[in-house]
Amino acid sequence: MVDTIQLMPISYYLSLCSLLFAIGVVGVLIKRNALVIFMSIELMLNSINLLLAAFSVYHNNAAGQILVIFIMVVAAAEVAAGLSILVVTYRKNNSIDMNLLNQLKG
Amino acid sequence: MNTLVALVPILPLLSFIVLGLNFKRLPKVVTSLMACGSVLVSFVLAVVLFFHVKEAGTAVNVTLFEWLPTASSSMGFSFVVDPISSLMILIVTGVGFLIHVYSIGYMFNDEGFNRFFAYMNLFVFSMLVLVLGSNYLMMFIGWEGVGLCSYLLIGFWFKNHDYNNAAKKAFIMNRIGDLGFLLGMFVLYYQFGSLDYQTVFAKATLLESGNMTLTIATMLLFVGAIGKSAQIPLFTWLPDAMAGPTPVSALIHAATMVTAGVYMVVRSQALFVLAPTTLMVIAIVGIITALFAATIAIFQNDIKKVLAYSTVSQLGYMFVGLGMGAFTGAMFHLTTHAFFKALLFLAAGSVIHAMSGEQDIRKMGGLRKAVPITWLVFLIGTIAISGIPPFSGFFSKDEILLHAFEHNKIIWVLGIVGSLMTAFYMFRLFFLTFAGTFRGSDTQKHHLHESPKSMTVPLAILAILSVFGGLINIPGVFGGSSELHMFLSPMYSAGKEVIVEVSHSTEILLMIIAVLGAIAMIAFAWFRFVKMAAIPISNDAKRPLFTNLLYHKYYIDEVYAFLIEKPMLWLSGILHWFDVQIVDRAVNSLGNSILWLGTKARPLQTGNIGFYMIVMVLSIVAFMVFGLMI
Repeated sequence: MVDTIQLMPISYYLSLCSLLFAIGVVGVLIKRNALVIFMSIELMLNSINLLLAAFSVYHNNAAGQILVIFIMVVAAAEVAAGLSILVVTYRKNNSIDMNLLNQLKG
Repeated sequence: MNTLVALVPILPLLSFIVLGLNFKRLPKVVTSLMACGSVLVSFVLAVVLFFHVKEAGTAVNVTLFEWLPTASSSMGFSFVVDPISSLMILIVTGVGFLIHVYSIGYMFNDEGFNRFFAYMNLFVFSMLVLVLGSNYLMMFIGWEGVGLCSYLLIGFWFKNHDYNNAAKKAFIMNRIGDLGFLLGMFVLYYQFGSLDYQTVFAKATLLESGNMTLTIATMLLFVGAIGKSAQIPLFTWLPDAMAGPTPVSALIHAATMVTAGVYMVVRSQALFVLAPTTLMVIAIVGIITALFAATIAIFQNDIKKVLAYSTVSQLGYMFVGLGMGAFTGAMFHLTTHAFFKALLFLAAGSVIHAMSGEQDIRKMGGLRKAVPITWLVFLIGTIAISGIPPFSGFFSKDEILLHAFEHNKIIWVLGIVGSLMTAFYMFRLFFLTFAGTFRGSDTQKHHLHESPKSMTVPLAILAILSVFGGLINIPGVFGGSSELHMFLSPMYSAGKEVIVEVSHSTEILLMIIAVLGAIAMIAFAWFRFVKMAAIPISNDAKRPLFTNLLYHKYYIDEVYAFLIEKPMLWLSGILHWFDVQIVDRAVNSLGNSILWLGTKARPLQTGNIGFYMIVMVLSIVAFMVFGLMI
């Protein structure tokens, strides 16, 4: 299994992760729906995670893979917090359009 | 014994605190009882302490607590009762008590009745701290305290703008003197490493006479005395201080506070005798003040102003005594002056009371029948201050003049001239007020009445003291034993005491000269103001040059206004312009430019999250590109 992965050139992983990351960035930039933006952020996070795991295997160093698990745990917690903010926003505005969140404007 | 000493100042303080916190609530009866009672108890304690010191012959030292401990010395919050301070607390509490009682009648219809007594008690407390303190710092606390009370009580009727100005004037003039006192303390501490009387005096006696440091220190202390005791050039506040209620003038500006300077010099006798230059300066300032104030008093028409200038003049005499080394003489004159000047002021207050607030002697006259008791006590006070034997003023003034004769004939001659003027202006005041016919309005005439008991009884007691006060120090020539001198002399540093060696016949001759001169002056005053019934001309009438100069108090206030006030206003005008035009402008334009920058930068904050994101991403990309390029 490990050998199979190592057989694949690292550049494939790099390309895939860059692509995923770029999709995430564009999603954040152009979408107005907070939920979609949130998903895009998660996409960026996971693309980096994937890259970390790939490098870890590539270098034959298990520490990276353990770190990946940790990141996922933290990300889950972050998702919980983020979604609860969205719930509050929805309750207040009856919408999760990000452009409505401009009440702190100076 | 120690508790008693502490109680003397603390009782008036407690009374002040209670009255000061409740002055809007307490009924007048309670206020009167508490204010007078606390001072009365203090007086009784003072009498006990006085006799204790007299019997035991030793000082009582009480340290309430260590206050400012330093490595080399410690400043205690401590009191000392020795001959000088026991005499002073007797005067302060005794005369103070009588004036408190008098005030009940005098101030009864005033809306600030309770506030008045609170201030008066605070004053008594401060004055007691001043005289009881056993180091210069304690004295300074009292010194400042009485200055504050003086300010509060001069401006007691604070709704009157002029009175407030008078209060401020007194405070500022005192402040100039206080600075001198403070610097004097610094010099003493620098030189001796302590401010404790005993330590300082013990170390000072080791120095030789005319020591430069001591001369500087004593000069600076004397500057403090000039301010507090209203000597030239800082005397102009005292006549203005008559804006306060009359009991205040009697207590603070005649009997006690203004004599603090004299007390301070007597207390520091060990230092001053080692500085002959300072003593000479003191004598010169004293005699000039005595003459200067006396000449002004001759032409004043306000009953209280005459007494005020008379006080300045008498204080001048005390300083002449100090300068001549007659420390006992000065203390003696301080004591008798406290009696007869308090009496005169209170009697004047009684006259003003009867005249419904009128203070101009040109509108009085013929009051003898209307206010017989006041007439009698005023006459006694006037005779006492004029130096007619056997009234108290004669003995004390004579002792000072005797010392002057011994040391400096010029000062003696000037002193005699001054005392003749005193006799003249006091009897001028007396005759204009009580003799002749009434010159006031019909309403005032209708309202004329003798004052209530609470005012006349203190007057009577003070009159008795003014008559017999001289008995405490009968000189040897009359078969007395100079008891006050015997009592005080242990305080003076050994071997430095000034002893007069004039023969008895000379002494009697000097007295006869003074008394005959005074009688001649009284006769002259009688001739002019009773026989000829001369009335001083109205304010804006034309006067001969010299008279005009005296009437306008040598234009001293105007000179000060020209020399000090004008340049200061001019300078503050320039500084004000600089502040407004330069400093304010710089600061304001800085603020305005920031505001302007803000208005330009504000549109960046659109509140559109997408926009923020783009900016963020573009920035990150820019940073990365930038990083790659390096």
